[in-house]
Amino acid sequence: MSEVMLNVSASPHVRAKVRTCHIMQMVIVALLPAAGYGIFHFGYRAALHILLTVAAAVIAEYLFEYFMHRPITTGDCSAVVTGLLLALNLPVAAPLWIGPLGSVFAIIVVKQLFGGLGQNFMNPALGARCFLLLSFAGHMTNFTYDTYSAATPLATLKETGEVLDLQAMITGNVAGTIGETSVIAILIGAVFLILMGVIDFRIPGSYLLSFAAFICVFGGRGFDVTYLSAQLAGGGLMLGAWFMATDYVTAPITKGGQYIYGVLLGILTGLFRLFGPSAEGVSYAIILGNLFVPLIEKITVPRPFGWEGKRK
Amino acid sequence: MKLFSFRGGIHPYDGKAMSKDLPIAEAKAGKELVYPLQQHIGAMAKPVVSKGDRVLVGQKIAEAQGFVSASIYATVSGNVRIIEPRRTVSGSMVDSIVIVNDEQYEEVEYPKRKPWEELNAEEILEYIREAGIVGMGGAAFPTHVKLSPKDPQAIQYVIANCSECEPYLTSDYRRLMEEPERIVLGLKIVLKLFPNATGLFGVEDNKMDAAVKLRALTQDDPRFKVCICKSKYPQGAERQLIKALTGRELNSTKLPADVGCIVLNVDTLYSITRAVCEGRPLLHRIVTVTGDAIEKPQNFAVRIGTSYEELVEQAGGFAKEPVRIVSGGPMMGNALPDLKVPVMKASSALLCMTRDETEQYSPTACIRCGRCLDACPEHLMPTNLAELALRWDREGFLKLNGMECIECGSCSYVCPAGRRLAHAIKAVRRTIIEERRR
Repeated sequence: MSEVMLNVSASPHVRAKVRTCHIMQMVIVALLPAAGYGIFHFGYRAALHILLTVAAAVIAEYLFEYFMHRPITTGDCSAVVTGLLLALNLPVAAPLWIGPLGSVFAIIVVKQLFGGLGQNFMNPALGARCFLLLSFAGHMTNFTYDTYSAATPLATLKETGEVLDLQAMITGNVAGTIGETSVIAILIGAVFLILMGVIDFRIPGSYLLSFAAFICVFGGRGFDVTYLSAQLAGGGLMLGAWFMATDYVTAPITKGGQYIYGVLLGILTGLFRLFGPSAEGVSYAIILGNLFVPLIEKITVPRPFGWEGKRK
Repeated sequence: MKLFSFRGGIHPYDGKAMSKDLPIAEAKAGKELVYPLQQHIGAMAKPVVSKGDRVLVGQKIAEAQGFVSASIYATVSGNVRIIEPRRTVSGSMVDSIVIVNDEQYEEVEYPKRKPWEELNAEEILEYIREAGIVGMGGAAFPTHVKLSPKDPQAIQYVIANCSECEPYLTSDYRRLMEEPERIVLGLKIVLKLFPNATGLFGVEDNKMDAAVKLRALTQDDPRFKVCICKSKYPQGAERQLIKALTGRELNSTKLPADVGCIVLNVDTLYSITRAVCEGRPLLHRIVTVTGDAIEKPQNFAVRIGTSYEELVEQAGGFAKEPVRIVSGGPMMGNALPDLKVPVMKASSALLCMTRDETEQYSPTACIRCGRCLDACPEHLMPTNLAELALRWDREGFLKLNGMECIECGSCSYVCPAGRRLAHAIKAVRRTIIEERRR
C-alpha cells in the first residue's frame, strides 16, 4: 500500500446488493408460473412462441446497440422481460413470426428509439401488442386452440352476458392469450414479487379496486359477485395489473402518483370494456395511462420532510 | 415496546461486530503530529505559536477567530517544526501546525474548577468555548455556538445523540459502555443552561446494553429519559433524530433550536464534562479502526493530530490489501488516497475495505424503480434531482427542494443501477450554498 494512491470518490462507499439485472431476473421468475401454465394448457406451440419472441427481443436489442455503437445492455435482462411479456400476450394460434416481429417493434421503436432502458414512455411489450392488434387483428384475436375455436370467456360475457365457468377462468382452463388465462399462476408470480420487494400493492390494488367499483356502478348489474369476479378474472386484467401496470419505467415514481395512476387505469379499463367495441381494454388502458405519467408525477411531488415550518 | 423512528432510511450491513466488544485502547501518538487550523465549521483558528517553540500537552496552539470558531490545543509535548499547508481528510490543503513529539508528554497545569453545580451559564459556555469543543459526530460545529440559542428558555429538549447509525462505527458505543457517568454528567451540565429542558438519550436498539447503563444512571432524575430508536440509517442525523424522539420536524431553513431542541453527540458531551469539571481542553477522541483489510480492528483513544498511518500500524497493519480507505463511516465518510492525514476533532473512524463498491457498481440507466424515493429520509425525489443536477439545472433543482438534501447517501446506496445520486446532488447543492455565502 505504501506509495500507492488509492481511488477516491464521493460517499457512500457501500452499496445494496440488488442490481437492475436481479430485479429483471425476479420478474422473469415471477412470470414462469404463467408461462408454464400457458405451455401446459396450449401445448408446445406456446413454448415455441415464447422462445422465438424472447430470442428476437434480445437479438434486436443487441444488434441495435451494436450498430449504433452504444454499450451493449442485454445483460440487464430487460429485453428478456419485454419478450416474455409480449409472448404471454399472444394467442397460441397466431403465426410464429408474429411474436418476433412484435419484439423488434417493442425493442427498437418503443424502447431504443426513445433512448433505451428507462427512457421509453410506453411499456414496450404493450406498445408492441397494440401494434400487432391493429396491424394483424385477425391473427391477434384468433383464440382457436386444440383445433376447436373458442371465444374467450370475456367475449362471451360481453355478447351474451353469461358467465360460463368461473372456476375454469380462475385456474386458466379457458381460451385467451398464452399467459393471461390462469389467475392462480399470475397471482403466484405477483406474491413472489411482493415478497421480494419488487412491486407493492399501490398500483395493482388501486387499479383493481377502482375497476371493480367502475363495473359495479356502470356494469348494469350492480354488485353482482359472479359478474364482477368474471370481469376481474377475465382477459388481460390480472397479467396487466400485476406485471404491466407495475412496470417501473412507465409508471409514476411518486407514491401518490401511483395511486392516481392505478385509479386512472381502472377507469380506463372499465370504459373500454363496457363501452368499447372489444371485450378487452387492459392493453389500451395501460398505454394510454402511460402517457399521463409525466403529468401525474408533476402534481404529486412529495412534500419534503419538515416542510410546514418553512422559514423565509 | 414502541421504538422511536422516522420514515425512509436504509438497513445497510453494519459491520459493528468486528470492533464493538473491544475496549478503548490508548493509541501511541507517533513522531509528528499535524493540527489543521480548520477542524471545525466557521473561521479558521489563528496560530499562537511559531516555528521552533516548545509546547506542552494541553497548551493552546491556535486561537479561535471570532464567535463561530474553535481553539486548538497541542496533544503532545515537543517543538513546532513548521506551519504549512497539509492535506486533510477532505482532500483540501489546510494550513497546519506541525509538532515533533518529544515523547515526554509534559502537561500544562489545568485550571482548577469550582464544582459544576455552582457554575453559572456564562461560565459553563466560556469553559466549553475555551476547550475548543466542536460537534464530534462529524459536522464539527463549535459547541458553544450551538449552546447559545437566542432564547435559552425556549429549549425544551437537549438530545444526546447516542444512535451511531453509521455502519462499522463503534467509537460512541465504546464511550457509552466505558464512561457513561461522564456522558450523563455532560448532559446534566448542559441542562443547567436550559432550565426548561428535558434530557433525552436517543439510543438505537442494537445498543441495548448501553441504554441499560444510561437508564441505571438516570432513573432517579425525572429530567432524563432514555429513548430506544429503531436501528436504521440515518437515525443519527439531527433532523431525523429530533423527529423520532419529539415528533417535531424541521427543514433546511431552520435550526434545531427553532423547534426547541439541541442535539449533542456522545463524545461531545464527554468532552464537555472534562472541560467544565476538570479544566481539560479537547485533546482526545475515539477512533474505530476497522474494516476487512485491518489485521486487528480496534477502538483507539487518539491524541488529535495523530496520523492515520500510526493507527493502522498499531492495529496490526493490513491483513489484506486495502482498496478503499475511508475516514469516517462508509455512508458519509471521506475516501482517502493514502493514510498520510491527521486525525481531527470530528474523525470517528478509519475504515479499510478490500472492495471498492462504488467502482464495482458502475452506473447504468435509471429504471425509475423508486427505491431512492423510499429511502430518502427527507422525502425528496433523488433520481429526478440527480438528473437535474447532472444537467446543472439550478432552477429545477431548487424547485424540487434539492437544498433539503442532508447528503446521507441512502439514495446512492439503494440504487440498483449503481447511480451516484447523492454525489450529483451534493455537487450542485454545495455550489449553491457557496454562491449564497458570497
